[in-house]
Amino acid sequence: MPRPSRREIVSGLAAGGAALTFGAPHVLGQAEPHVVVIGGGFAGASLARALRREDAGVRVTLIEPSAQYTSCPISNLVIAGLRDMGDQQFGYDGLRRAGIEVVHQAATGIDADARRVRLADQSELGYDRLVVAPGIDVDFDAIPGYSQAASGVMPHAWKAGEQTLLLRRQLEAMEDGGLVVMSAPPNPFRCPPGPYERASLIAHYLKTHKPKSKLIILDAKDQFSKQRLFEAAWQDLYPGLIEWVSLSFGGRVTEIDPATKTLVTEFGSHTADVANVIPPQRAGAIAVIGGVADQTGWCPVDPATFESRLRPGIHVIGDAAVGGAMPKSAFAANGQAKVCAAAVVALLRERAPVVPKLINTCYSLIAPDYAVSIAGVYSPKDGLLTEVEGAGGVSPLDAPADARAAEAVYADSWFRSLTGEVFA
Amino acid sequence: MLLLGAAFGVMTIAPARAEAPAGASACSGCHSPAAAGVAIPTLQGRSAEAILADMRAFRSGERPSTVMGRIAKGFSDEETQAIARWLAENDDAAPQP
Repeated sequence: MPRPSRREIVSGLAAGGAALTFGAPHVLGQAEPHVVVIGGGFAGASLARALRREDAGVRVTLIEPSAQYTSCPISNLVIAGLRDMGDQQFGYDGLRRAGIEVVHQAATGIDADARRVRLADQSELGYDRLVVAPGIDVDFDAIPGYSQAASGVMPHAWKAGEQTLLLRRQLEAMEDGGLVVMSAPPNPFRCPPGPYERASLIAHYLKTHKPKSKLIILDAKDQFSKQRLFEAAWQDLYPGLIEWVSLSFGGRVTEIDPATKTLVTEFGSHTADVANVIPPQRAGAIAVIGGVADQTGWCPVDPATFESRLRPGIHVIGDAAVGGAMPKSAFAANGQAKVCAAAVVALLRERAPVVPKLINTCYSLIAPDYAVSIAGVYSPKDGLLTEVEGAGGVSPLDAPADARAAEAVYADSWFRSLTGEVFA
Repeated sequence: MLLLGAAFGVMTIAPARAEAPAGASACSGCHSPAAAGVAIPTLQGRSAEAILADMRAFRSGERPSTVMGRIAKGFSDEETQAIARWLAENDDAAPQP
């Protein structure tokens, strides 16, 4: 996928937007400071809400092309036929009621020097501070043979929406005795336990409806999040159904043939009836265009303010950001948004930002009434968000069934609380 | 020390509210008012004393929990006191503008 270089964009702005840049520079104290937020997912929408709660004197504009947001968290239940897609979707009226200007367009350029964002219709927005929260892009260049077109046959379903429903339909259409093959990416990627939650819930569907079927996970890693909990649960709940192939045993997918739904690894090849390819990922394209992503494809940030290490005045939060040990989760995105909002207000009001502590909590469903969790507490140390020792960790390996059932209820409860806070 | 909250009373009419101490803004992810009526309790309407007592019991393990013990251990007693005070004084910690 060709991407314009930053220089092209900036020169485009200089040419196209020259007439708009002669206005008086914004002076704090004379008018409301303006914060522009790119991206209306859990990170960006949380940030916009938090800014308005934090300081009603700040003008907030959210730029998001979609009229409604489709949540990735718990979308694996949709794939397994246990939840309706409608329950994953949220509109932006709640944000508008909170005084946020919501603009349903794509951001196509950022001029960090002039502090302006260009939109798809060629209009421009000036800002005092910009927050970039584009989430992830699937890297279609990473695995030979995989592409946007191939994802129509072998869905990634790693951005919730039509891809989620496609994978659901393919599983429904598969005959009993079929082979499902998933591929899991190397670190870092969105939702570290997500592929294994998905494998678990697909296994639940297969065991319930197509018990002669099998599921293979081809993994580009030798370890994964909550691994011992997943493996113990698979043995208990889905014996013989899930096979996990680690990197060392040839799990890395090196090539894909969409015509035959074949995944080639260093050790052999697997032809699937249903294939779910979760490719490597990188920060959403606008982060690259705006010059806040580095050569790794992710956006390095200050761990206290989430201000970009590459472009002062621009903050990056959520899955696109990297600043240490925090995983790419919706909980983390929401927490980062609230910390970043406080920092943005402090910087606009010329106060020193608070040194924050952040929390992550992430539930994984292994069956509808069986969930496990991971939690962590993070604080800035040597320029990175570092896990606080003695805190955090995963659910106990020997927890009784009622604890697993309780965590499944808490997972649902968390989702309602979060989406209520962000979108209601 | 828990009476400091009275000083924040005036903040409700100011455009900006009291800055959250480290960690405090995270709580509403799970415990927002939208959580009312579901399994996770909302923190709305809870006193600083009650929140602090719960957090201490989670941290010591006296009160069994799933994730709260793991989270409470990440905060000193002083940090926990500041969080409890802020939560009690900023009941609106979510979502209504």
